[in-house]
Amino acid sequence: MRRYFGRKLLVYGLTFFVAVTVNWLIPRFMPGDPVQSMLSRANVSQPAAVEAMRLHYTSMFGFDQPLWRQYLNFWGALLRGDLGISIWLFPTPVTDVIVRAVPYTLGLLVPAILLSWVAGNRFGAFAARRRWLDNSVLPLGYVLTATPYMWLAILLAWALGIVAGIFPVAGAYSFAMRPELSWAFAGSLLQHWFLPFASLFLVAFGGWAIGMRNMIIYELEADYVTYLRSLGAPGRLVRRYAFRNAILPQITGLALQLGVLVAGALVTEIVFSYPGLGHLILQAVQNQDFFLLQGTFLFIVLGVLVANFVVDVAYVLVDPRTRAGMGGAA
Amino acid sequence: MSLTVTGLRVHYRTLRGDVKALDGVTFSVADGEIMGLAGESGSGKSTLGKSLIRLDGRMRHVGGTVELDGVTLPIGDDAAMNAHRFREVSLVPQYAMSALNPTRRIGRMVSELLASRGAGPETAELERRLELVGLSRDVLDRYPGELSGGMRQRVVMVISTLLDPSLLIADEVTSALDVSTQRAVARTLREFRDRGLVKSMIVVTHDIALVHQIADTITVMYAGRLAEKAPAEALVTAPRHPYTRMLISSLPEAGVRHEDRRLAGIPGAPPSLLDPPAGCRFRDRCPLAFARCAEQPPFAEVAPGHHVACWKAE
Amino acid sequence: MTTTPAVTEETPVPAVRREALHFALRNGKLVAGLVVVVVFLAAAVVGPMTISYGPNDYVGPAMAAPSGEYWFGTTMFGQDVFAQFVYGLRSTFLVGVLGGGLAALIGMAVGFTAGYRGGLVDEVLNMITNIVLVLPALVVLLVANAYLGVRSIGVQALFIGLTSWPWAARAIRAQTFSLRSRDFVDLARLSGVRTPRIIVREIAPNMSSYLFMTFILLFGGAVLVAASLDFIGLGPTQGVSLGLMLNNAARWSALQLGMWWWFVPPGAGITAVVGALYVMNVGLDEVFNPKLREM
Repeated sequence: MRRYFGRKLLVYGLTFFVAVTVNWLIPRFMPGDPVQSMLSRANVSQPAAVEAMRLHYTSMFGFDQPLWRQYLNFWGALLRGDLGISIWLFPTPVTDVIVRAVPYTLGLLVPAILLSWVAGNRFGAFAARRRWLDNSVLPLGYVLTATPYMWLAILLAWALGIVAGIFPVAGAYSFAMRPELSWAFAGSLLQHWFLPFASLFLVAFGGWAIGMRNMIIYELEADYVTYLRSLGAPGRLVRRYAFRNAILPQITGLALQLGVLVAGALVTEIVFSYPGLGHLILQAVQNQDFFLLQGTFLFIVLGVLVANFVVDVAYVLVDPRTRAGMGGAA
Repeated sequence: MSLTVTGLRVHYRTLRGDVKALDGVTFSVADGEIMGLAGESGSGKSTLGKSLIRLDGRMRHVGGTVELDGVTLPIGDDAAMNAHRFREVSLVPQYAMSALNPTRRIGRMVSELLASRGAGPETAELERRLELVGLSRDVLDRYPGELSGGMRQRVVMVISTLLDPSLLIADEVTSALDVSTQRAVARTLREFRDRGLVKSMIVVTHDIALVHQIADTITVMYAGRLAEKAPAEALVTAPRHPYTRMLISSLPEAGVRHEDRRLAGIPGAPPSLLDPPAGCRFRDRCPLAFARCAEQPPFAEVAPGHHVACWKAE
Repeated sequence: MTTTPAVTEETPVPAVRREALHFALRNGKLVAGLVVVVVFLAAAVVGPMTISYGPNDYVGPAMAAPSGEYWFGTTMFGQDVFAQFVYGLRSTFLVGVLGGGLAALIGMAVGFTAGYRGGLVDEVLNMITNIVLVLPALVVLLVANAYLGVRSIGVQALFIGLTSWPWAARAIRAQTFSLRSRDFVDLARLSGVRTPRIIVREIAPNMSSYLFMTFILLFGGAVLVAASLDFIGLGPTQGVSLGLMLNNAARWSALQLGMWWWFVPPGAGITAVVGALYVMNVGLDEVFNPKLREM
């Protein structure tokens, strides 16, 4: 088990290292001069900021220094939590902008991932039991997973928000309100949260249901199932065992899908102008705010790595084979 | 009479039509008898073994009856058959090494299985029997992955016989083992019978030499039908059916493992079971064939306990 | 999310092919999926030829609902949505084939090498695969694309290919691993056949159906990622794509204006093509994997 976690942590450590390095490399080796384009853009919108920007750049990147020195400086700034200054929200530090947005993204993502995973697995296992259900649910599930997140979000916003007028379609709370601890505000939050959550949930749900259905069908062909059935074990016991074994690859699948789910959350936020990381990315792209973009990138990578580690721990808790040092399927 | 099979017909559904894997099989197994069931692959021996406990998805019970201790087994009805499985008919499968749920401790799996069949947890008896096959009780606290293949197979043998079934089917239990382990398994099976844990047993195998060590009687199948059934010694030393004779003479010296290959000594191949020819199915390959072989010979008793399906076996 | 079919047993090849074809023609999922994909492919190929103007030309009245003249209506600026749709489909297929194809090539190269060689090579490749696997692809693509002044479908596909191969490499590695010790591979090795040749001649053909299904999934994945990129505003700077149409519709408040014809077709097109491919894949799985066949 130590070996298992050791390997995982090594991979995550290396991944973070690679991510930071890529982050450092991209602006330097891409065609064009991003610094200049950024400054010239800032020049138009924030004339006062340009000189400060230039100074900040020089101190942070130190273009006059050798490359390795620049690279180390980059790491140094990163470790101090300094991701630069946002141009879009000049002069707020990027870290602050991100920290303000993160709760919204987590508030959407965590419930959507967990609930869709649990519900999708239950439903997929249930669908695998009946042929008619299987034959109608399966294509529906595939259509759901094939749906671009933002399109489902747009459809929901249009149908339930604009046409039916049940839900608001923009922001995280009513524009007439200020954040405060009150029932009215909480209600507004919930109301604004529902549609983005629902569209994330639905697409992910289709994927989990299909994955589970396929896994269960393979498990029901396994030798231990044939043996149990030969000994007259009732379907209930057989299905319980099959579910338990099929859930393991689904946990691994959860780790594999994290990136896709995060991407889904980003575009969904954009549709609903939900003030999370996706919204920041859109603003960063539109305002050519590369500091903000890269900071968000690092933040997301870090989040995904942490989530992966949580999934690894969950896997060990569920699969006895990893605990007994037999390797298991991870 | 422990087991009586009469005119059993089981077909396999395939794209090109029904494969008549069992085409009128009649025999009986006495109380306390260990019957070896031998034949080439495709002879129907595995189908027969499965038919007695659980037909797989593509098999269909077409005709004939199976009676165990005077009760007819509903072999074509998967749900009704459940009541008889494990308690009266049980199985040590060919895939015994992978027959245990990899994510359950063995002890817990056994108690859940027993509970699901309405049998109490028989912990003391279970431990006694594990000891019988040379395993300590702490295998119950282990996951299957922590045991060796041989240990897993022994665990399966213990589980399968836990409710003292009347009939145990052992399907190719030795094919994945080395010679010394094969002998140990053979000894264990006999011991189970001797101690009365199972009343009678059918050992399905392609290995006549090995089954000779375990079985009291041996039945040889050919192309979906029985060719010969006789006491083990008689079948090996004085076979009457020309197919059995060729099978025995093509064996390497006794005790050496005989692979499941096409018999080099017998030219030709078994007929297709999609649309088998009338009459004796061995006649195209048989050196003794004559005009009458166009008619199916009965599975007749030519000596006490010795049945042969051949016109020339008198 | 993906099915992981097992490599089928070895039986004589012509018999397998005949049987596979028999099941393929009777498999409703495969046939239905294929029909949908072919219809959309035909629209993507033929559609633009029947339209005399470009997808971004201002040809009609602004904000017109679908009519006999403009089947899918027009945009805020009087562009023909149908023209954008068929041109956009082209981009979708193109990015799928290029991006998915590149990912499949990398996945195969890494998977075959790691699975066949084993040992240290495997360790290193496995580590690289895991690293790329954990990195959230879309976010990497965002950063890379944001710095590109001029973006094209080709470059987009290149980046997508470079980031989406890891799971395919893993799956192919596992399959190769199980084929490596088979008799026919041993035989080839013993008769002195060189490694690349063994992989191309002995291993790859034995899992061709699996490779094809992997490509389909990568294709679908590439299309979805490209759509997200386009939607965020990092799509090709010239031309049209379905994701870009969604981006424009959202940006110009098509929702609030009730211009459903602007945002429904592009999303429906993506969903239909990718969904049909996925359903087709289940069908293929059932055809090639005898255990899943319904008798």
